[in-house]
Amino acid sequence: MWDYNQKVMDHFLHPRNVGEMPEPDAVGEVGNMTCGDALKLFLKVSPDGRIEDVKFQTFGCASAIASSSVLTEIVKGMTLSEAEKVTNKDIVEVLGELPEEKMHCSVMGMEALQAAIANYKGVSTPLSSETSEHEGRIVCKCFGVTDVKIRRVVKENNLHTAEQVTNYCKAGGACGSCLDSIQEIIDGIWRGAASEKTESSADSFGKLSPVRKVLRIQEIIEKEIKPLLEKDGGSIELIDINENEVMVKLAGRCASCPASQVTLKHTVEGKLREFASRSLSVKNVD
Amino acid sequence: MTAKTIYVDNNATTAVAPEVFEAMTPFLTNLYGNPSSIHYFGGQVAKYVEDARNQLASLLGADPREIIFTSCGTESDNAAIFSALHLCPKKNKIVISRVEHPAVLNVGKELERRGYRVVEVPVDSKGRLDMESLQSAVDDETAIVSVMWANNETGNIYPVSEIARIAHSHGAIFHTDAVQAVGKVPISMNLSEIDMLSLSGHKLHAPKGVGALYVRRGVRFRPFIAGGHQERSRRGGTENVAGIVALGKASELALENMNIETDYVSSLRDKLEKSILESIPKVRINGDPEHRLPNTTNISFEFIEGESILMLLDQFGICASSGSACTTGSLEPSHVLRAMGLPYTAAHGAIRFSFSRFNTMDEVDFILEKIPGIISTLRNISPYWKN
Repeated sequence: MWDYNQKVMDHFLHPRNVGEMPEPDAVGEVGNMTCGDALKLFLKVSPDGRIEDVKFQTFGCASAIASSSVLTEIVKGMTLSEAEKVTNKDIVEVLGELPEEKMHCSVMGMEALQAAIANYKGVSTPLSSETSEHEGRIVCKCFGVTDVKIRRVVKENNLHTAEQVTNYCKAGGACGSCLDSIQEIIDGIWRGAASEKTESSADSFGKLSPVRKVLRIQEIIEKEIKPLLEKDGGSIELIDINENEVMVKLAGRCASCPASQVTLKHTVEGKLREFASRSLSVKNVD
Repeated sequence: MTAKTIYVDNNATTAVAPEVFEAMTPFLTNLYGNPSSIHYFGGQVAKYVEDARNQLASLLGADPREIIFTSCGTESDNAAIFSALHLCPKKNKIVISRVEHPAVLNVGKELERRGYRVVEVPVDSKGRLDMESLQSAVDDETAIVSVMWANNETGNIYPVSEIARIAHSHGAIFHTDAVQAVGKVPISMNLSEIDMLSLSGHKLHAPKGVGALYVRRGVRFRPFIAGGHQERSRRGGTENVAGIVALGKASELALENMNIETDYVSSLRDKLEKSILESIPKVRINGDPEHRLPNTTNISFEFIEGESILMLLDQFGICASSGSACTTGSLEPSHVLRAMGLPYTAAHGAIRFSFSRFNTMDEVDFILEKIPGIISTLRNISPYWKN
C-alpha cells in the first residue's frame, strides 16, 4: 500500500486539465505501454511565447496521474523559457512528497514538458520526442534508458545509489543486470566532481601568499589530520613550508610508530593534497 | 474512507472465521501451557494439538502422522525442497514451474547460486503447464519436482497427480505448494502419489503464523529447523498451540463447507466475471477457465494501469489486488502474467478478485455498480484509449 498524501490523492481523484487538445501547438509524448506508464502533453502557445492552455493524457499509476495533473497547473501561464526551467523537483515540491519508488513519475512529467517545448521549437516531432536520449548509449536494455538520461537524473537530483536511479528513471528495475554499470556511472560523476573541486582549490592555493599558505595548511592539519592521528594516540605539528614541501613533526605514539612513514605519506600527504594542492609533499623533521 | 469494506482479496489472506477465533482464544489466555511439559497444566494442551492434527489430516485425506506443523507456507516449501536435496546428495537438479510463488521460485534462485541446476518449466498463454517440456526436463539427475497445486494470481489448477507420476518414473520426489488449493478444492492424499504438500493457515480462515507440511509415510524427511523433539523431531520449536488449534478448526470448517466453496463461491465469481465481460469493452480473462479455483478471477482491463484501478476501487472500500508493476514498487508486471506472454496492454491492467464464503451477492452487485465508472474514468485519461 502506497502512502500517498492528500495532495497526491486530490490530483489523482480530481485530475486537472485532462484530455486531448483539438489543435495543439505542441505535443510532447514520453513513455510507452511496455514501460507501464506514458504521458502525452498538449500545449497551446500564444504568439508571444506564453503557454495559454495545457492538457494531458496519462497511462499509469496514481502518482503518474497526479504528477501530470500538477505539471499542467505549474506551466499554465508560463512563458516557454520559464517552462524550460521546470524540473521534476518542482512537481514533487507542489505535490509535497512522492514515495521514493515513484520519483520516476515526476521525471516523466518533466520529460514530457521538455519534449513538448522541443516539438514547439521544431527540434523534434512528437513521436521522436526522446531523440536527445538516443544520442547516448543504452545502459538499461529492459527500459531502454541511456547513459545520458542516467547522468541527468543523477546530477539533477543528487543521487548516489543505483537503487535511487531505478526509482527516478526505472533503469535497472527489471532484470537488474545493468545495476553495476549504473553504479559505475554514478561513481564516475561524483569522483569527477570531487577532483574538479580539488583542482580548483589547488589553483587557488598556488596563488596564496606564503602566510596564507601556512594558515591554510595549519587549518587542514587541525581539522582534518590531527583528529585522525589522535584516535591512535598520536599527534602532529607544522614546522615550516618551503615551496611545495610541508615539514611536519609527528608526535605522541606516531613518533615511535614503525608505520610512521605510511602515516606520513597516506594520511598527512593524502589529506593535504585533497584539501590544498596536489603538488604538495610532506617531510618529517625530527 | 467508506464505512464498509468489501474484501475480495482472499488469495492474499482471509478473515479468521468466528468459530476459529473462539477455538483458539483459550490457548492465548488460560491454557497457555507448553505441550511438552510433564505437569498436567502443560501436558493437557498436547491433546488439542493432536486433535488439530486429526482435523487437518481429514481435510487432506491423510494420516495424522503425515502432518508437520510449521510457521507458514514458505517455511513448508523450504523444508520440503531442502529435505529432498539433502537426502539425494548425488542428484543436483530441481524442476519447478515458471509460475511458482516466490516461496518456491526464490528457493530455486538460491539453489542456482549454490550450484544446483534449476529448470523452470514454461506455461502457455492460458497459464497451462507445458507438459512436454516437463516430461523432458525430469530425468534421473532430478532430486525433486515442485509444482504448485493452484496458482495464486490466475487460480489455475495444475495436474499435480500426473506430475507426481512423471517425477516418480525417474525416482524424483514430488512436492506441491498447495497454499491456494487447500480448503478450496477437495484433496485426497491417500489416493494420490504426491510425496509432500505445503499449506498455510491464513488462506483458509485461520490466522497468520501457522502452516503445515504433509510428508507421505515412507518418504524420508530431514528437519529444516533443528531443535527440540517437537513434531516427532521433525520440526524444532515450541508449538504455536493457538495457531495450530485454529488451523485444525479452520480445516474442519473447510471440509464442512467444501460444497459451499464449489457452488456458492464460484457463483459469486462467475456473476462478477460474466457481468464485467458484458458491460465493459476490451476486457479479457487471464488463466484457464476450464481448470481453475472456484473463487478466483483475473481480469485485464486494457489500456489502463492496475494500481490506479485498485486505488479507485479502494475509494469505495473494495479490496482487490493486481498483477501490475506499480502496486509492488517493482517495475515489471507479475512474473505469472509475463510467463503467460500476456501483452503489456493487458498485463499492466490485470486485477484479481478472489472470493470466500463470507462474500455476498450484494457485494458482487456493489462492485458491478462501481466498476464501469472507474474503468471509463481511467480510460478517458489514458492516451491509448480511443472510443
